[in-house]
Amino acid sequence: MATVWALKRRTTRRNEQIIFLVLFLSAMVSILTTVGIIYVLVSESLGFFQQVSLWDFLMGSQWTPLFQPQHFGVLPLVGGTLLVTGLSALVALPVGLGSAVYLSEYAPERARRVLKPLLEVLAGVPTVVYGYFALTFVTPLLQRYLFHDMIVFNALSAGLVMGIMIIPLVAALSEDAMVAVPRSLREGAYALGATKFEVVSKVVVPSALSGVVAAFILGLSRAIGETMLVTIAAGATPRLTLDPRESIQAMTAYIVQVSLGETPHGTLVYHSIFAVGLTLFVMTLGMNILGQWVVHRWRARY
Amino acid sequence: MVQATAPSEVFHVRDLNFYYGMFRALRGINLAIPRQRIFALIGPSGCGKSTLLRCFNRMNDLIPGARVEGEVLFNGADLYAPEVDPAEIRYRIGMVFQKPNPFPKSIFDNVAFGPRINGYTGDIAEVVERALRRAALWDEVKDRLKQSAYALSGGQQQRLCIARALAVEPEVILMDEPCSALDPAATLAIEDLIRELSKEYAIVLVTHNMQQAARVSDRTAFLMMDESRSGFLVEEGETEEIFANPHDKRTEAYITGRYG
Repeated sequence: MATVWALKRRTTRRNEQIIFLVLFLSAMVSILTTVGIIYVLVSESLGFFQQVSLWDFLMGSQWTPLFQPQHFGVLPLVGGTLLVTGLSALVALPVGLGSAVYLSEYAPERARRVLKPLLEVLAGVPTVVYGYFALTFVTPLLQRYLFHDMIVFNALSAGLVMGIMIIPLVAALSEDAMVAVPRSLREGAYALGATKFEVVSKVVVPSALSGVVAAFILGLSRAIGETMLVTIAAGATPRLTLDPRESIQAMTAYIVQVSLGETPHGTLVYHSIFAVGLTLFVMTLGMNILGQWVVHRWRARY
Repeated sequence: MVQATAPSEVFHVRDLNFYYGMFRALRGINLAIPRQRIFALIGPSGCGKSTLLRCFNRMNDLIPGARVEGEVLFNGADLYAPEVDPAEIRYRIGMVFQKPNPFPKSIFDNVAFGPRINGYTGDIAEVVERALRRAALWDEVKDRLKQSAYALSGGQQQRLCIARALAVEPEVILMDEPCSALDPAATLAIEDLIRELSKEYAIVLVTHNMQQAARVSDRTAFLMMDESRSGFLVEEGETEEIFANPHDKRTEAYITGRYG
């Protein structure tokens, strides 16, 4: 009998080791991929920065890689990305917060049961669809009713639709944060004579603030990295401007443009997309770290 | 509104039935709550004593499907009359909950919350100090009013919640098992405070702790639930009378520990 027991134990232990290994490797896949991406970005960017100084790249206000004389000042691309992101924030933050408050505090249970999944479906619409929505629906609408001589590819339309695109993300994450605010805090405020709106604006939202701010940051980070929408609808004209009616080029859109073009491997223009990609990576990484920090730093313990 | 109650009563409950949807949680409650005294509601778990307490400041309105039948008079006026604004009612009738529930704000902002939302324009620091003094918390927190309320101990948090309720100068304070989450020392501090406050306020205290009801209250009502789990009033009277000489066998069984 004793041997049988011992055998059983050994196989269990080996199974445990295999399971551990499989799980460990699964976890390592994404870490190794990230490391690989950083390696490629940095090493290919080095080739770029051997010819263009970091200062000229970060401070230059002209981006003309495809014409002579070539200029590699990344500010127009960063500016284009931030312009579209800023516009999207104007839409997504108030509407996202509003939907979250409605869903978590005001919606009757039945409406909530329908709307929450609907919001999640909206989050699953491919971004290319949003791109065509901006180009073929929102832009003509804006041209017809607001800006008659606005160019077809413009930051405004892309920014507004980008805002709509990230509403579900902002709303869902903010709503999670608000639902997590304990009922006892709401009751405490009601018991002091607060109206529903006072409970929401003075207790629920402030208590959920870290989650709400994190939702905002993640939403904007998503907007910064978004590619398809800006490539389709915002144009391909690197230009440092604050006028949303103008055609611009976002960082991601530039990378697409060069990747699809006939740029030979190893040229300066080829290397430039890695420099832009690295810049983008640092920006979104910074936003995500900021989001994490906000969540930990400001988290209410209830 | 006709003055339908004696001036010495703050609440008068008449033939109260309370429903959560189809479920009748309270049936046929008749009760008068006097001013400036401590009124204890005791009874086994689920007998509806908290539900009854929450009828006094219309907290139950927040629960979908909750419904009241009968009358609850506050200073002789029907609390559930259509023209009554529940927010105003809750401003005049303070409440302290089972678990301390300070807001994730500073000590000062917690106490100032009520006066601020009710549009108080005077010196808010003075109001905060007065409320904290009355809740016997001032000396412990006066040097750290800007700190988070969560830095306080459980007992201090509960006194902060009492200060928060006092800051809007209510006429009545409803307390829903205010010591159940506290240790014995903090419990005694809160009980002393309740006695002190009863000089100025009517206090309705729900407690599952019979010793507490006996120690603290002036009058006691004993509730039970029937076969269909509806709560009803068994008897009500001076606390000494209820504990020393209960009229009903079920009260006697409960307070001597032979029930529940």
